[in-house]
Amino acid sequence: MTRSHPRVGPLASRATSREALDVDALLDDRRTGIIVCCGSGGVGKTTTSAALALRAAERGRKVVVLTIDPARRLAQSMGIAALDNTPRPVAGVRGSADHGGSLDAMMLDMKRTFDEVVESQATPEKARQILENPFYVALSSSFAGTQEYMAMEKLGQLRRDAAAAGTYDLIVVDTPPSRSALDFLDAPERLSSFLDGRLVRMLLAPARGPARLMTAGFGLVTGALSRILGGQFLVDLQTFVAALDTVFGGFRARAQQTYALLQAPGTAFLVVAAPENDALREAAYFVERLGEDRMPLAGLVVNRASPAALGSLSADEAMGASARLRREADSPTAALTAGLLRLHADRERTVEREAALRERFAAAHPTVATAVVPALAGDVHDLEGLRRIGELLAQQ
Amino acid sequence: MSRTRSLPTVRTDLLRQVGGRNDPLSRVSRVSDWPRVRLHVVTGKGGTGKSTVAAGLALGLASRGKDVLLCEVEGRQGIARMFDVDPLPYAERRIATGLRSDGPADDTAGVVHALHIDAEAALMEYLAMYYRLGRAGRALDRFGVIEFATTIAPGVRDVLLTGKVYEAVQRNSRNKGAREYDAVVLDAPPTGRISQFLNVSDELAGLAKVGPVKHQADTMMTLFRSPRTAIHFVTVLEEMPVQETADGIAQVRAAGLPVGGVVVNLVRPRDLRVKDLATARKGELDRAAISSDLTAARVDVSNGLVDGLLGEARDHAVRRALEDGQRKLVKDLGLPTYELPRLAQGVDLGGLYELAACLRDGGMA
Repeated sequence: MTRSHPRVGPLASRATSREALDVDALLDDRRTGIIVCCGSGGVGKTTTSAALALRAAERGRKVVVLTIDPARRLAQSMGIAALDNTPRPVAGVRGSADHGGSLDAMMLDMKRTFDEVVESQATPEKARQILENPFYVALSSSFAGTQEYMAMEKLGQLRRDAAAAGTYDLIVVDTPPSRSALDFLDAPERLSSFLDGRLVRMLLAPARGPARLMTAGFGLVTGALSRILGGQFLVDLQTFVAALDTVFGGFRARAQQTYALLQAPGTAFLVVAAPENDALREAAYFVERLGEDRMPLAGLVVNRASPAALGSLSADEAMGASARLRREADSPTAALTAGLLRLHADRERTVEREAALRERFAAAHPTVATAVVPALAGDVHDLEGLRRIGELLAQQ
Repeated sequence: MSRTRSLPTVRTDLLRQVGGRNDPLSRVSRVSDWPRVRLHVVTGKGGTGKSTVAAGLALGLASRGKDVLLCEVEGRQGIARMFDVDPLPYAERRIATGLRSDGPADDTAGVVHALHIDAEAALMEYLAMYYRLGRAGRALDRFGVIEFATTIAPGVRDVLLTGKVYEAVQRNSRNKGAREYDAVVLDAPPTGRISQFLNVSDELAGLAKVGPVKHQADTMMTLFRSPRTAIHFVTVLEEMPVQETADGIAQVRAAGLPVGGVVVNLVRPRDLRVKDLATARKGELDRAAISSDLTAARVDVSNGLVDGLLGEARDHAVRRALEDGQRKLVKDLGLPTYELPRLAQGVDLGGLYELAACLRDGGMA
């Protein structure tokens, strides 16, 4: 995406040793009430948020983790394979008898969450009318941004419930898998600016009394719309907007509340990235945006880093030795050893490239505390795996 | 920037990494597996490299002498970054031109154009083309209808994006002045959204039940459901992407859309033989023999170095075993499969050409 925001950075900086992210201090700090994991798609946000939540629970926090789209086996192991939009206790959390820590998990059902908002705001009859409107159906199930908004809505709900009942003292939120990490922050604004928009106001005007006459321009617009999309389209749209207006009187207020919640000191943002150009670029934009919006950034998590190799053999030396072995040696293991050397060279090159990327990021964002999590050989799909990731996150 | 990229002749030195075949050249495909396909849709889970594969496929097709249009619809300017050119406008720009090849048979060099499809621009173009709305058109913009249609109105955004792709595929000599393409490659939305994205008639069904838009959406569906379209899935050999690929294929099939091939991206190099892998996994590689090989290769051998190599071998073997499990699942999908190597130095333009050669020689392009 071409961005219109100017870059924010130190302007002149050298890559110095980066500050390490102290994950345990963050989790143990009772003032930390919300942790939001954000980043571009495919960087391991879900795993990171689940691992943080489990670690916090095992250190005595009462945690609920809101996941968006976990891998099936991970969801099963956490007992949230059924998507019912309600937090469920996770079995197998260690030490809860001693320190009272607990972990609940839930998977976001965006349509269900949206429906619940409507049902809680309208009379049953009005609610039914809205739920059946084709615009509503499309908006609640496919509008790019609804998922982000509903994640925020659910976060707000969990927060209110937790405050009222004292059920949780830490909420960990995974964010939807969007291409751009900024979508999470922009989506609510986009939805409410639409509801504030001129088109909506024009469509509402006739419903608000005869004093507001349709202007000539508006006639042109409705005429064009009917011509292109058919008359029914406009009727449906008008019903939808009218219904939405009565239901979402407090829509903007809610969106602003949640936004304010994210700016509050109890919230910590963790930007998650993989050691790849695109993911770190998104992470950079996100870090800068959080700064501009005065949202509290706790740090950067770089997942799936290639672990550094032991020994001091460089990639070039390894490739050279591998070639010599192929050419000259006749031992039965020569091919194997040559293969090992090539593997080593590949690993060295990857490690070098990733380190260079991280250094560039650190030079541009020197104050961002970073945790680097080495890639595990296997997939993470149970509590044991999450625990391992939690340990790696804390060992910086 | 007016410079365009020149396509080099095919490189095959990377083929050692793809499939570990003894004689890779014997497997080089002389013909494409998809000769009738005009529209290649490339989808995949986030992080699997679908944009890279789409670009590689476009180059691969062009290297067979075709004129190709590479489209992106998600506003990321990924094509401009990959090809290292200025951000693309809503206009077809030439981004790569083939070198004239030596054989007399394919003496026409292929060309790749790129198009960044922007929903608002596509809507204005659409309105101008079909409706000549004049004053009403400007009013639409003034009242926020354009913004509404492209951001909020369900399905409309997708119809506009796919509509432009459709237009590029369907062009013929009647469209004066417009460039015709042998193939269009679409860098599409991710797997989770792909069937919804292409299933435009269904998306619009609830909204525009009649009228020209409905009719146009139906015409587009005819192309998307025809054998002239192929939806390719990009995955990596990990549990979740493979699962998502299987789910995506089922959804696409259920929507009556044609499934193409599976591209397995970022495949680890196969530098160790199968029997060595098993030994490496158990941590039983012959340490003394390896040390002596290293000495023979004039490496300064230390315990740390040998430990490091053995540890790397073990990690690699564990991952390879996991990959093999996932590879079997991919195979069970029963679709043509193309593997692309993980490039240790990341994908730059040279890497893109190499991936293009892999796709072409594998028969995808």
